[in-house]
Amino acid sequence: MASYSTNEFKGGLKVMLDGDPCSIIENEFVKPGKGQAFNRVKFRNLKTGRVIERTFKSGESVEGADVVELSMLYLYNDGEFWHFMVPDTYEQYSADRNAVGEAGKWLKEQDECTVTLWNDAPLSVAPPNFVELEITETDPGVRGDTSGGGGKPAKLETGAVVRVPLFVQTGEVIRVDTRTGEYVSRVKE
Amino acid sequence: MPLSWEPTCALELLSLRAEMLGRLRSFFASEDVLEVETPLLGQGIGSDPHLDFFTVSHSLVLQDSALFLQTSPEFAMKRLLAAGSGSIFQICKAFRDGEAGRLHNPEFTLLEWYRLDYDLGQLMQETAALLHGLLDAYIPLDATERFSYTDVFRQYTGIDALQFDLQAYCRCAEGYGLPEAAELCGTDHHLWLDFLFSHMVQPFLGRNAICMVYDYPACQAALARLKPEDTRLAERVEVFVNGLELGNGYRELTDAREQRRRFLQDAAARSQLGLPAATVDERFLAALDAGLPDCSGMAIGLDRVLMLIAGCSEIDAVLTFPVARA
Repeated sequence: MASYSTNEFKGGLKVMLDGDPCSIIENEFVKPGKGQAFNRVKFRNLKTGRVIERTFKSGESVEGADVVELSMLYLYNDGEFWHFMVPDTYEQYSADRNAVGEAGKWLKEQDECTVTLWNDAPLSVAPPNFVELEITETDPGVRGDTSGGGGKPAKLETGAVVRVPLFVQTGEVIRVDTRTGEYVSRVKE
Repeated sequence: MPLSWEPTCALELLSLRAEMLGRLRSFFASEDVLEVETPLLGQGIGSDPHLDFFTVSHSLVLQDSALFLQTSPEFAMKRLLAAGSGSIFQICKAFRDGEAGRLHNPEFTLLEWYRLDYDLGQLMQETAALLHGLLDAYIPLDATERFSYTDVFRQYTGIDALQFDLQAYCRCAEGYGLPEAAELCGTDHHLWLDFLFSHMVQPFLGRNAICMVYDYPACQAALARLKPEDTRLAERVEVFVNGLELGNGYRELTDAREQRRRFLQDAAARSQLGLPAATVDERFLAALDAGLPDCSGMAIGLDRVLMLIAGCSEIDAVLTFPVARA
């Protein structure tokens, strides 16, 4: 893998830091008029999601991380691994619980997700921004309440639980924003 | 995609800049300080290992093969002083390779002036008056602050800037969440001071005020003379407003022998860092041999002053065409 000098640092660049792949969030050039130049860099650790700050001497080099983001279809879960496929090449990847993380509760077969690969192995999975899932369990609500205020919990086919308005019933399909985990609307079949 | 041809600064910045330059010129006119010009393209170049310079290829017939865009007009202005110009000022462009970021553009506007027979205290007083004249109409400033380097360093870090105690320095950085300092700075006292000052001190200097830090440790003397009564210190001053470094000044080093020694020191540092050798400005040294009068000088980054005037947090917002658009 190529290495990158601090003057090539920019938002989104993927580099190795302490053995983990990281993405650069921010790079600030710090230099006293007379004195050593530094780069104060903010990273996101792509394994843990944690944000780290680190200072480098300007001109120092850091090893690049072989990280790519690919759009893939979610195929199935075998109980231990989640399986994905690149639509164009039919190439398949399996991701463990660590890599799938929170995304797991939104994934329905045939959904298109963004899978981040590090050294060709899934590092993280981002679900689509919006998913359409069937409600498998929710208390019968009061008919006629369309206000949406209050609401009630509803369990979805993937196991996720979201708050829905009282009028939404078991068996209905709803649209959910996975970034906030919030109900958006009912989906007419 | 069409190329971005427009200036990055708002058009009103053009008038703010013109107004600032006008105020500067009338300030120095009223003080009888003469405006001068010196070459931006020179045969010698500053040797400071932390200033990267642009080398220009050319087809002129000269003794030396290269020409350099000047990192500051200092050497040429000191030649004028040695020639008997009296107090002088210059507003010019300076060029520093590799410096680009939120607060840096590789080509920037510098105000530099020299006052005969001024000591550091008088220079600080004049600098404060000048900056008040430029800033007061735009931002309210509290009373000017003055701290000695060692005092302000101790206040923010709890450690002694003059006494290099590696363990104490490491502990200090680690306690502040900067454990990388140990490896980055090693046993280089000078580098440690730059690191700790940049991270732990400077961001907090001059809240709504002009803050002057004076009497730098001798290892940070640059072109300042050492204090005759305490040679652990150099008669250098830096100016900050709201954590932003605006300028740097010296009671100038006039001793040709000491200047040669510092050039050699810089040259050794350059070769150790694998940097290109700086062609020593022999004409500058010859001028020092002839005799530089006792003087103090200050350089102020005018683009940054304009940032304060206009309330901008990025230098690109006050430049017509920053390097990415130049």
